[in-house]
Amino acid sequence: MKDVKVDCGRLMDWQELAKGCLIPEPATSLNFKTGDWRSQRPVWSEDKCIQCLACWISCPDGAIMVKDEKMVGMNFDYCKGCGICAAVCPSKASAIEMVREEK
Amino acid sequence: MLNLKQLASKEKVGLAGGHRACAGCGFPQIISMIFGQSPAPVVSGCSTGCMEIATTIYPFTAWRGNFMHSAFENSAATISGIETAYRALKKQGRLPADENLNFVALGGDGGTYDIGFQALSGAMERGHNMLYVCYNNEAYMNTGVQRSSATPQGGHTTTSPAGKVIPGKTQYPKDLTGIMAAHSIPYVAQGSVGYHIDLMRKADKAFSIEGPKFMNVYTPCRLGWGSDPAKTMEIARLAVDTCMWPLYEVVDGQWKLTRKVREKKGITEFYKTQNRFRHLLKPENDEFVKEIQAEVDRRWHVLLSKCGEGA
Repeated sequence: MKDVKVDCGRLMDWQELAKGCLIPEPATSLNFKTGDWRSQRPVWSEDKCIQCLACWISCPDGAIMVKDEKMVGMNFDYCKGCGICAAVCPSKASAIEMVREEK
Repeated sequence: MLNLKQLASKEKVGLAGGHRACAGCGFPQIISMIFGQSPAPVVSGCSTGCMEIATTIYPFTAWRGNFMHSAFENSAATISGIETAYRALKKQGRLPADENLNFVALGGDGGTYDIGFQALSGAMERGHNMLYVCYNNEAYMNTGVQRSSATPQGGHTTTSPAGKVIPGKTQYPKDLTGIMAAHSIPYVAQGSVGYHIDLMRKADKAFSIEGPKFMNVYTPCRLGWGSDPAKTMEIARLAVDTCMWPLYEVVDGQWKLTRKVREKKGITEFYKTQNRFRHLLKPENDEFVKEIQAEVDRRWHVLLSKCGEGA
């Protein structure tokens, strides 16, 4: 079982698959970028941010990056542009704004 | 309870990015809020539903811990089996006795209220040390929005279509949390994804209790409800503020309201945010809406008296 590697970059032959299609490592979905689903993008103003982390806990896609208990920006590889972060940002801060994605 | 800052300092919380849930979905947040509070590693399993298929499209998995697939009806049975096997292996000395794992079974409202109900009831009755989390979005969303016994009265689904003959679903939703409380298990709670502090506190409490636990968590589905994806959290809060989805917990048979609604909003406030209730805002359905409001009020007063609150 230890030798089995999941290759997310290509279609594997059935002989290479683990028994029961087991995936031996966690979080392989990080290899799949959902950022191209987006039609609008959040723009974050760091100076207005009060670091309440409401956006972080409310983001469905783990696209809010935190470091040392502080929000440090968005990960656009995974952000689907739903706009929840902008909606939950407290009105006294309103540090996140949604803008249309340009080509 | 770990607060948001402490939770953020944990390295990896909740689902990994790259899962295929819709933009503005509600369930990934439930996983970070609940799993984040567990002091021990979590072994989970999920019955068929959006959560299962969107997070585990081979060879991708968005889960950070051990996860097991199960069929639509047996997520509770699968996890109770894993929990028993773990206890047996510990007893035989094949696994270290001082380590600990938490077991969480997940299911949507279809897999919990209807199809998985007997497996859930059985697992709770046998007294396994596990937590069952139902993420309730009030219909079978994964298969294309069919009515379930959690769908509220008046809700439009493909199998209870609103039209000239019926104004959406005609039956009242089943009170599953009440049914689980009747199993006399140590902990039963009803939460909403919109009130994250409340939900995280409940998860923390659930993980600190030995024995079977059940949580019913309300989460909007932007696709099936026809709502604005950005308003997912707002709608989840509105359901609580209109008393359609009260937040409470039952600890060892003691009912406790965890969010007191001071200014109760009318249910039409909630209906305005979603397309599935659009037909109820038409004047010809006024009487029907009044009926639903009366039932919501009645259930709210019954709950208040159970919790020992003044009505």
